[in-house]
Amino acid sequence: MNTPLVIKSSTVDGTTVLAPQSEIDMSRAPTMRDAIKSALAAKPTKLVIDMSVVDYVDSSGIATLVEALKWTREAKVALALAGLRPRVKTLLEITKLSAMFTTRTTVEDACKV
Amino acid sequence: MEREPEISIRIFSDPHLLATVRGAVDGLAKCIGFHDKSRALLTLAIDEALTNVIRHGYGNQINGMIWLHMWRSADPRGLRIIIEDLGKATDPSKIKGRELDDVRPGGLGVHIIKETMNESAWEPRPSGGMRLTLAKWLNAEELAASYPASSNPEQSNS
Repeated sequence: MNTPLVIKSSTVDGTTVLAPQSEIDMSRAPTMRDAIKSALAAKPTKLVIDMSVVDYVDSSGIATLVEALKWTREAKVALALAGLRPRVKTLLEITKLSAMFTTRTTVEDACKV
Repeated sequence: MEREPEISIRIFSDPHLLATVRGAVDGLAKCIGFHDKSRALLTLAIDEALTNVIRHGYGNQINGMIWLHMWRSADPRGLRIIIEDLGKATDPSKIKGRELDDVRPGGLGVHIIKETMNESAWEPRPSGGMRLTLAKWLNAEELAASYPASSNPEQSNS
């Protein structure tokens, strides 16, 4: 059975970093979606999603990232993905979504977007 | 499929069970000789197929039955899979991935399955529910690494 998705959250100087701590699949995507909504409700200037320990995302997880993209655009909040692992990168590529996201290797770089 | 499946798994339509199935598929794929990237795509495609059954076949009810049958294939080398359920049947002609230029959540699963697998075919089961038949073959590099004597570059697609 899947364990619940734990998401670390921190905010410094208006930039909120969300760091999911495990796979994002159909059972865990709603938790990620709620975390993104809560983060945006606090009106940050930037939202960084630290994906560095996420080694599996299914289309539910991708859909959540697409929602994050839409919500941040509507709220005029910068969004960046940090530390994408190869499997997740591959999924973004085959769904032709990789160009839609700003990605950086590290959270530190993503916070400068 | 004339032979008995080498691995059969019956699960409830509970998303929390998907990780366990991914592990089984990945393990068999590794035995067959699929490399890491192929295994990642293969497990993703199976995951997407099961997710679609849970979401569309069973309307997110967690007590539906899903059967996953797997066979190693010798010619071509690879993996054959059948997924069956007793959920709501769908007209196979209406099972389509969405246009990827349309950036919105949802509809990616079918695209991922078709992009990833060499064969994919949906059909209603005579006794109710749906049957999805899938196959993925080793690519040339994987074939050469695991079965050098039978290596055939024309088998590759990915």
